[in-house]
Amino acid sequence: MASLKLHGLPMSSCTTRVMICLHEKGVEFELVPVDLFTAQHKQPDFLSKNPFGQIPVLEDGDLTIFESRAVTEYVSKKFKDQGTDLIRQDSLEESTLVKIWAEVESQQFNPVINPIIYQFFVAPLQGKSLDQAIIDENLEKLGKVLDVYEEKLGKTKYLAGDFYSLADLHHMPYIFYFMKTPWAHVVNERPKVKAWWEDISSRDAFKKVAEGMKFGDN
Amino acid sequence: MAVLKVHGNPMSTAATRVLACLIEKGLEFEFVMVDMRSGEHKKEPFLSLNPFGQVPAFEDGDLKLFESRAITQYIAHTYADKGTPLVIPGKEMAIVSVWMEVEAQQYDPAASKLLWELAIKSFLGMQTDPAVVEEYEPKLAKVLDVYEARLSQSKYIGGDCFTLADLHHLPTLNYLMRTPVKKLFDARPKVSAWVADISSRPAWCKVLEMTNPK
Repeated sequence: MASLKLHGLPMSSCTTRVMICLHEKGVEFELVPVDLFTAQHKQPDFLSKNPFGQIPVLEDGDLTIFESRAVTEYVSKKFKDQGTDLIRQDSLEESTLVKIWAEVESQQFNPVINPIIYQFFVAPLQGKSLDQAIIDENLEKLGKVLDVYEEKLGKTKYLAGDFYSLADLHHMPYIFYFMKTPWAHVVNERPKVKAWWEDISSRDAFKKVAEGMKFGDN
Repeated sequence: MAVLKVHGNPMSTAATRVLACLIEKGLEFEFVMVDMRSGEHKKEPFLSLNPFGQVPAFEDGDLKLFESRAITQYIAHTYADKGTPLVIPGKEMAIVSVWMEVEAQQYDPAASKLLWELAIKSFLGMQTDPAVVEEYEPKLAKVLDVYEARLSQSKYIGGDCFTLADLHHLPTLNYLMRTPVKKLFDARPKVSAWVADISSRPAWCKVLEMTNPK
């Protein structure tokens, strides 16, 4: 019986960020669907779990955790002795590098890729037309961020070092969706970034989760 | 013991975030000024400390770090036995991590936009864009509503003790409380009391002294 309950949806980028981590650690969990279309996430029952009314939320016994990157950190620490070592706690230097590049994803990458994904996938569902100016502005910024990644990945196989970690994992849902947009060339034009993406997206844990990521498929 | 070095600028919220952490821990460090007006942070040798060309960068011996929230977490864990405990043992740390993420993902995007428009731009002789203020004030207000409810249940944002989750807010709060956005904080009694409490901590007062010489 799974003691971990993950409230979310199989195509949600933040939910899948957590699910990839759970699969990498080989941890059993129950995915409890949240019906966004009936605004279940804005009802009192859900708000008592996450006052910001967003998925995912992880319940582990009496502990309720939200914000996907806090959830992945919790799972990686609690289950440190099983599955893939995602946080490298045995080495001060490696664990620090993982933290740095996880912050890079959070502070440099996420703010510029998020608006592109929103404009392409979500805005049409809300009856809005795609704002090309926002996309263009963020594509330019994304290119600059990926230039730094290109250089880093010329020195190390993965972002934090020669080991796969949470720093790489956190990028995966948004890159997966980004590669379905007309602007995938921004990744493909950068050979090291492209090779890194092909490597990490071929991991079993990701492939399992990607099956459910049907947002935007015809 | 290796010398701790912070490369930064007193106006930078990210740099003062790190300074606050170091001073709370009672750690000696060297502050190396980066001349941002001349673009020093966008060139070598700074880029080899932070390839994103942003302050701060941090050195602990051979270890070179950037991203202020990675630096503060490194300091808080590595020097756990010195000064103020900024991280806590046990599963309660998971809740501190939640609220550290809240600061980074929910609070900071709106707070940073507003302080840029209302505080930094005027200092640099640029025009405030009222449309941006109009867009982001309600967003910040919604976040502060959640904070008001949270602070009715717990003394500090991450739990019953002051931790990194509170500290990370200090630099942006410092700017915002000097702008009209202050009204959003004053209107929420628990939030207002929390801001007053954490802003009056001796370590933060020392940061302000360091970065605003009279």
